[in-house]
Amino acid sequence: MDWKLVLNWAFVTALVTAGIRLAIPVLLAVLGETVTERAGVLNLGLEGVMAVGAVTGFLVAFLLQKGPLGAWSSWAGLLAGMAAGMAMGLILSVLSISLKADQVICGVTLVVFGQGLANYVYRQASSSLTARVPGMQPVPIPLLSRIPVLGGILFTHDPTVYLTVALVYLVWLFLFRTNWGLSIRAVGENPAAAETSGLNVNAIRYAATLIGTALAGLGGAVLTVVQLRMFREGITGGRGWIAVALVIFARWQPKLALVGALLFGLADSVQYRIQALSQVERGMRTVPYEFLLMLPYVLTILALLYRSNRSDAPAALGRAYDKSAD
Amino acid sequence: MSEADTVPMAVAERSRIPRWLVNSAAPLIGAVAGLAIGAVLIRLTGANPLQAYATMLSGAFGGPRQITETILKASPLLLVGLGLTAAFRARVWNIGGEGQYYMGALCGGIVALFCANWPRPLLLAAMLLAGVAGGVAWALIAAVLKIRRGMSEIISTLMLNYIAILVMQYMARGPLQEPGGYLPESAQFAASTRLPVLLGSRIHLGVLIAVLFVPVVYALLWSTPLGFRLRAVGSRESVARYAGIHVERAILFALAFSGALAGLAGIIEVSTLHTRLKAEISGGYGFSGVLVALLGRMHPVGVAIASFFFAALIIGAQSMHVVSGLPDALANAIQAVIVLCVLAADALARRRQS
Repeated sequence: MDWKLVLNWAFVTALVTAGIRLAIPVLLAVLGETVTERAGVLNLGLEGVMAVGAVTGFLVAFLLQKGPLGAWSSWAGLLAGMAAGMAMGLILSVLSISLKADQVICGVTLVVFGQGLANYVYRQASSSLTARVPGMQPVPIPLLSRIPVLGGILFTHDPTVYLTVALVYLVWLFLFRTNWGLSIRAVGENPAAAETSGLNVNAIRYAATLIGTALAGLGGAVLTVVQLRMFREGITGGRGWIAVALVIFARWQPKLALVGALLFGLADSVQYRIQALSQVERGMRTVPYEFLLMLPYVLTILALLYRSNRSDAPAALGRAYDKSAD
Repeated sequence: MSEADTVPMAVAERSRIPRWLVNSAAPLIGAVAGLAIGAVLIRLTGANPLQAYATMLSGAFGGPRQITETILKASPLLLVGLGLTAAFRARVWNIGGEGQYYMGALCGGIVALFCANWPRPLLLAAMLLAGVAGGVAWALIAAVLKIRRGMSEIISTLMLNYIAILVMQYMARGPLQEPGGYLPESAQFAASTRLPVLLGSRIHLGVLIAVLFVPVVYALLWSTPLGFRLRAVGSRESVARYAGIHVERAILFALAFSGALAGLAGIIEVSTLHTRLKAEISGGYGFSGVLVALLGRMHPVGVAIASFFFAALIIGAQSMHVVSGLPDALANAIQAVIVLCVLAADALARRRQS
């Protein structure tokens, strides 16, 4: 490998900038799942939720782009992705909160359902597999974006990047500094005690699951509407599962979720950049691209290896609340 | 998880609804509801659902050729589903069937490529065993991560799926690529590596092996100490541990066994259907296998019925796609809806009982 091609400013800048972008869909899903799991609900269906959000968002943006709302088609797509995510969340909530079905099984089945549905709807709705949407232009932040190097890396992104990073702080604020957040955590740690103190456990769990799936659906939509500007089968590429892993890695903390998602984004970005480089530079072809593509998945396993201690998990995670059982 | 384990016996006996009825009614209700929701999806796209289902039915059962096709499709689902049945009984959530299937295909395929001049019985045995070994090895990674580091097998097996497919992609494009070939696939296997077929039909030894595993898994789960341990770990791990059951060993076996059957399915499929190694050798058997195990109520006989039903759905959807152009991804959505309905029906039945 020719290291001179990799170890230079232009390459590193591009790498980190793309890494931040690529972290966004996963980060949204991780933040959402953090809220859901804090309430004691394990949603393993994220991959399916993201797929449905991705296809819904993409189709709405695609259909609106030529109409009078064309300028807003991307935003409409993102909202549609959230709504679709919540619809999936409702299915999961009814099954695993109201009916108390096994959360692991419901989640895994939801993934297959979401992927099958997404592929069916897309192939049915779009006759051309090369459909594209306009995406979103980067909005440089005044002044800050002119800082050398850092300005380009941190302050020249599309709006979803800024909003998602702001959301890290907001979710933290919500979970740890508001009464609602306190209720969510109470329900996730000790539902019986929470119920005794007057909280409606199942209602709060519904809310937390819907918030989580809204964010995961949004993550899927950001991927197709803003970043890749297209849809294809399996486009979420395991991001939902990686998000589930990153919640554990981040110890159910929004701020650590940012670190985990950035790590994933960088791995993904390294993989893309080296692939792109090896198209033009023979010196880069020493590593087969399949091994580069493995990077995010291997990294996820390594991340959990480094931190697979579950002692920080909400105590009631994954167990339905049954009044009669206590 | 299954009501046999979660509903205390006293409750089950006290209830008015017999358990066998709930066990078999829930999948039927689920199947009807799943097909109904599928009909809505078809209707939404402007096609006629009844016509589409008629096409599916004749595509899956319309004649000897179609029925053969359905049986051939069912056998890998059956193998993967049976392996997962044993794992799920221990509440070991191996959802890496896809990766284990690929590794089985790869290891068995390497034997098929390089040992083709061995005596045929030896060759076939070595090929199948290599397939099993590949699946076991891949599943054991997840087992070690779980036992040593407490890592959720759900996440590790899933990540290993993606990695396995990429390994296969690399091997088929790189070291194992057909000499002088242009496509990312290996050379075709020699004729001697094909599993023998029965009586001039296309039904091969692999189907027989899959069917044979139905009684084997049944016996394993309900007439061996090992099966008892698996079910004990699944129903309450802490109690099992207290009772002196070696929980780690049960987890190790659950993953190894389900990996073995997935790997076996992989080598059987490439030996009989694809006859070479390439990236596109699976129709998502890993996940379909999970659904088959769930729909079959984690009972070998149920799994056999479920795998045949799902195979019919898949083959039917393929012919529906050819005839009316409706996407065959519909089969996946319907399968998942069916299982979701079954989960709901089960949960409802449990609530009425308690």
